[in-house]
Amino acid sequence: MLKQIEGSQAVAEAVARCRPEVVCAYPISPQTHIVESLGRLVASGELRHCEFINVESEFAAMSVAIGASAAGARAYTATASQGLLFMAEAVFNASGLGLPIVMTVANRAIGAPINIWNDHSDSMALRDCGWIQLFAENNQEAVDLHVQAFRLAEELSLPVMVCMDGFILTHAVERVDLPTQDQVDAWLPPYEPRQVLDPADPVSIGAMVGPEAFMEVRYLAHYKQRQALDLIPEWATQFQQVFGRAAGGLVRAYRCEDAETVVVALGSILGTLKDTVDALREEGLRIGVLGLHCFRPWPAEAVRAALAHVGRVVVVEKSLAVGLGGIVSQNVRAAYPHSPDHVHTVIAGLGGRAITRASLAGMLRSAAGGTLGRLTFLDLDEGLVARALAREKAQRRTGPLAEALLRDVGVVAARPA
Amino acid sequence: MIDMTLTPAHYKSDVKPVWCPGCGDFGVLNALAKALAKLALRPEDVAVVSGIGCSSRIPAYTSAYGFHGVHGRALAVGTGLKVARPDLTVVVTGGDGDGYSIGGNHFLHACRRNVDLTYIVMDNRVYGMTKGQPSPTTEADWTSKLMPQGTGLGEIKPMAIALAAGANFIARGFTGDPNGLADLIVSAVEHPGFSFVEVLSPCVTFRPEQREWKKMVRGHALAPAADSVEAATRIFADDGMNLGVLYAGTRRPFAPPIGRAQRTPTDLERRFAL
Ligand SMILES: Cc1ncc(C[n+]2csc(CCOP(=O)(O)OP(=O)(O)O)c2C)c(N)n1
Ligand code: SF4
Repeated sequence: MLKQIEGSQAVAEAVARCRPEVVCAYPISPQTHIVESLGRLVASGELRHCEFINVESEFAAMSVAIGASAAGARAYTATASQGLLFMAEAVFNASGLGLPIVMTVANRAIGAPINIWNDHSDSMALRDCGWIQLFAENNQEAVDLHVQAFRLAEELSLPVMVCMDGFILTHAVERVDLPTQDQVDAWLPPYEPRQVLDPADPVSIGAMVGPEAFMEVRYLAHYKQRQALDLIPEWATQFQQVFGRAAGGLVRAYRCEDAETVVVALGSILGTLKDTVDALREEGLRIGVLGLHCFRPWPAEAVRAALAHVGRVVVVEKSLAVGLGGIVSQNVRAAYPHSPDHVHTVIAGLGGRAITRASLAGMLRSAAGGTLGRLTFLDLDEGLVARALAREKAQRRTGPLAEALLRDVGVVAARPA
Repeated sequence: MIDMTLTPAHYKSDVKPVWCPGCGDFGVLNALAKALAKLALRPEDVAVVSGIGCSSRIPAYTSAYGFHGVHGRALAVGTGLKVARPDLTVVVTGGDGDGYSIGGNHFLHACRRNVDLTYIVMDNRVYGMTKGQPSPTTEADWTSKLMPQGTGLGEIKPMAIALAAGANFIARGFTGDPNGLADLIVSAVEHPGFSFVEVLSPCVTFRPEQREWKKMVRGHALAPAADSVEAATRIFADDGMNLGVLYAGTRRPFAPPIGRAQRTPTDLERRFAL
């Protein structure tokens, strides 16, 4: 069913068709429209047999989802940024308990300084917490990944995070093919929990485990995530057969066949990168794009295979491991079968800084020409950095950094010195 | 030294508020500035701490020290600030969402700890910043996009919670009565220990019906009780529209261990001298 629809609403409709029984959320931009749409669908009766809980915080949201899921209900929540970090303890808990909760993360930067715009710092901060992490390239894929996520989560008894770029996707109105209820019902069997509250067979969920078995519990979580490496591509193929379009999978290559340089990225930036690569191909550069659609489990084999013939790799990522550099690129470097020196990290778009085609093209030309460094911050205002550093050298009491930088760039909200 | 030349204007920064025209929070800013002028505190003797929300933008609009923290943690940050710098007057500010939902547990423990803080909650019974979702003080049948049929949950009574948890001073003000509100803030700051000031601060954008509050409030109907049992009886009979000081208790405020050196900026500078 084709519809011109906002990304958040489309995701809400898709989630509703997956028949969640408990939806809980605390509002935070840019997630709000998703849960408001679900609130409307529950109230209007379009989503039946579902409790919608307006909770008092994200910590409560994930905890309510844990309780519901442990009781055998299909549970869903959504958050972003500060909200994801605030619920972090419960996020680990959900995966440790093996509860197949599905959560949308409307990717947004983490403060301080406060910033509501898009980057991937939130999901990346929790990349190793035991949740499967899928990244949507566009709103169609955001919809489709949710439909896949519930089945994947329930098959493996693992929670799944579907990451979609805040504002860029959540607030964009695009044409989306929404799956029908019949299609989703045929795809997603009713939830059969591995653990459930049953008076005939009382259990205690969340038992304390000491050194005798803790490692095994963790190992099994890892083992199950590795199983997802087989299931995800298999189901992507199946999904295409049922729904008639490609979505998900581990990685997807674009114009990589003869590429000497390949750009690796995840999320909505893939669209801009493909356009940039098309233009650069006109200039004669042999360049392609490898999109990561699943980040956890880490698809090392798929990445290795896709980059086997490639001499140079550029990873464009919207998050920063402070003190190290790239997060995604560390993973790519480990999977790349050739010298790690040929994998370049490009940190871009932090806190919503626009990633323009012109900047990407310039950067990729220098990559192809062999002059790109190992770590680059795309469009970093070096003058601004130099001023801040000079100030710190000249005086001890430089005051709050964010305010000083805002003053330097002339933002009105900064007080005069 | 008391400086008699300070006027309310001295306590405002030159940052222009981004609040919607008519937002109640303007009234809180004005009342706070008036109160600080009455108290004749120099701006640098005051710290205004907040969490996240429209109301939590207030520190930037004052000329006092400002701290804009994360959502729900204002009271904990304010506590840390006050125990490290007991010489400063610390005013913690925020909304009903910040203070009663995500930060609710800190509210309990701040009342209980009774550190000498003034906590001003700008209660508009809605999350304004995220565009209109119900908070713990929202009426059960108020309809919103998130809860089209209302939450179905009764509102909490923050004053009752404050009293039960041990707050030393409890008052309610209204932004439509800036002079009365300024006086309440003065009393709250002067009262030792944890002072809680609930302010009816309309959100004209998402709760335009709150403009009617000006017809509903009863000016200074509350006379302070020193007895918590009497205060409790009054709070439970209260419909939320009575203004004034409800409770002024005598519990001893939390004091940092005796003998601890009070740190001034000069001491700090000395410690960090290169
Ligand atoms: C951990 C976290 N969750 C959610 C948010 C999003 N958020 C920002 S302000 C706010 C509520 C604001 O309501 P209130 O405190 O009543 O202040 P008002 O805007 O009404 O003045 C929310 C939910 C956030 N910033 N951080
Ligand atoms: S949305 Fe409401 S609370 Fe926020 S500034 Fe506007 S009127 Fe004030």
